[in-house]
Amino acid sequence: MNAKPMTPLQRVLTTLGHQEPDRVPMFLLLTMHGAKELGLSIREYFSSADNVVEGQVRMQKKYHNDCFYNFFYASIEVEAFGGQTIFRDDGPPNAAEPVIQKREDILKLQVPDLAKAPGIQQVLAAHRLLKDHAAGEIPIIGVVMSPFSLPVMQMGFEAYFDLIYEAPELFQRLMAVNEAFCVAWANAQLEAGATAICFFDPVSSQTMITPEQYRTLSQPIAKRTIARIQGPTATHFASGRCLSIVDDVADTGTAIIGISADESPAELKAKSNKRLSLLGNLNGIEMRRWTAQDAEAAVKAIIADAGAGGGLILSDNHGEIPFQVESETLQAVSAAVQEWGRYPLKWSR
Amino acid sequence: MSDSTVLELRDRLKNALLMIDYRTVREVLTGDHPGMTPFQRVEYLIVPVLEQIGTGWENGEYSLSQVYMSGRICEEVVDMILPPSDPSRIRQPKMAIVTLEDYHVLGKRIVYSALRASGYELGNYGQMQASDLVRRVVADRLQILLISVLMLPSALHVKDVVGGLQEAKHPVKIIVGGAPFHFDQQLWREVGADAFGETATDAVRIVHQLMEELA
Ligand code: B12
Repeated sequence: MNAKPMTPLQRVLTTLGHQEPDRVPMFLLLTMHGAKELGLSIREYFSSADNVVEGQVRMQKKYHNDCFYNFFYASIEVEAFGGQTIFRDDGPPNAAEPVIQKREDILKLQVPDLAKAPGIQQVLAAHRLLKDHAAGEIPIIGVVMSPFSLPVMQMGFEAYFDLIYEAPELFQRLMAVNEAFCVAWANAQLEAGATAICFFDPVSSQTMITPEQYRTLSQPIAKRTIARIQGPTATHFASGRCLSIVDDVADTGTAIIGISADESPAELKAKSNKRLSLLGNLNGIEMRRWTAQDAEAAVKAIIADAGAGGGLILSDNHGEIPFQVESETLQAVSAAVQEWGRYPLKWSR
Repeated sequence: MSDSTVLELRDRLKNALLMIDYRTVREVLTGDHPGMTPFQRVEYLIVPVLEQIGTGWENGEYSLSQVYMSGRICEEVVDMILPPSDPSRIRQPKMAIVTLEDYHVLGKRIVYSALRASGYELGNYGQMQASDLVRRVVADRLQILLISVLMLPSALHVKDVVGGLQEAKHPVKIIVGGAPFHFDQQLWREVGADAFGETATDAVRIVHQLMEELA
């Protein structure tokens, strides 16, 4: 019997190598809950690296989390491009007015200078501080939006769809800018202390585009970008569906795929055939009204489905647990992983 | 008009919509089809074809942008063959659609186009907060309100709209849709809505049903 439990990092690396660690690793991807921990408003909480670090450290201990999740909010990238963010007290911040108001603006668009983006600098500062807390034992996850998904916030959905169809050259120019930004931003996070990068690409999910469009339009960009990111990546579809594109996602060189509650972990695991590890797929929205029994049942179902042989990190299906989910529910999820995630999984056979 | 002609027209319409070929769409819908009134063109050609495209999207055959563009193109052509002032437009019961709180209007836009392309006339309230929305619904004497959201807290605030309207003693049927209602299938009841739809096709179906109930 193993005398010493593994560190979170050992646990994660073992599962990514498709071996069974001491137990299924758990990434509770908590962001706004840190504000609750510190008694701050969401806006105030995300205004400084110190707050986010304190929040992450407290929540890692409280829930035995196997990572630090250094994600502020998606719109922080829009801020780097000169845009604004709108905050609310009871949920995630959203991007305000598009920075690209008309197509021609794309011609003038420059790759933002990270040093001149205050929000980005706070995230990087948080990575440096978390690195000390992690002491090489806890993985630190950084986040970027994919070049293909970012334009929804830069220019709005309708204008972006029109651009793809009507102005392929401008679309390519926008992708070039976003790709350069994404690579620089990801590598800066890795340099500051991130262990891995979560590459958010929900617009590439089957919920948004066809598998054919993924192959021709988006996958080549993802592949090029991921090749230039100097660390491991997880591709996350933020609860968008991805079963039909699993092979193409694996071809981008990413290590992990974030999966939706709308799809079966067992099916995705079989299809990815050890080329990818799964991250997911607790239903975060539904979690808001779960009892402890619901939480336990949901955790058990995923582990029974896809836990055997490693290759699974238990998590929510979006990459961010809603602010409305109570601490007791998170405790119940964590307790269930401790209890039912222990390898070997004798109970599930 | 024979069944096979209708099927053939549907095929042409569908292919043209998927190719975003506005000219062919217009040709099919405004062409010389004796015995087919403008409203029948909507009912027998547009409604089933938009439904097929919606289903194709759910199966991963077509993209959301095709769903969105198809709705918009049909909406435009319907405005030609069945102008908003045309008596055969369905304008009763009075209804409108709104995005509650969020900065995401695409979901609402798709539903709005699908309803208008199906011959309905409805108000588009843009994006609103709960209290302003309650006042507007009462002032406009709406009978059906469609609410679209993207963020969970916005979905939860549908409760405030329902409460406000009850306080104002204004009877109105509320249909909700958007990602939070998809992921938590009990949420629509919890916030006090009368119905929930997964897609724009559902919206058309539910509105049709409610109309019959209200008639
Ligand atoms: C693509 C996507 C993104 C993209 C683009 C999002 C956008 N629109 O701005 C990007 C990468 C930018 C993104 C970012 C974020 N996202 Co996001 N994203 C998604 C995803 C995968 C699809 C959303 C989408 O745009 N769908 C396309 C539109 C057209 O669909 P729709 O609005 O649902 O409408 C359809 C139906 O619902 C229906 N419908 C809509 N309204 C109505 C109304 C009626 C009456 C009826 C009958 C039907 C109906 O008809 C439409 C057509 O079929 C969803 C998850 C999912 N599986 O849906 C998460 C999701 C919307 N994101 C979410 C969140 C939280 C975020 C962020 C706030 C994260 C963060 N902390 O920064 C940011 C905010 C971005 C911003 N704008 O500032 C959450 C929101 C819920 C919540 N937890 O509160 C979701 C639901 C994920 C989840 N499972 O939790 N995201």
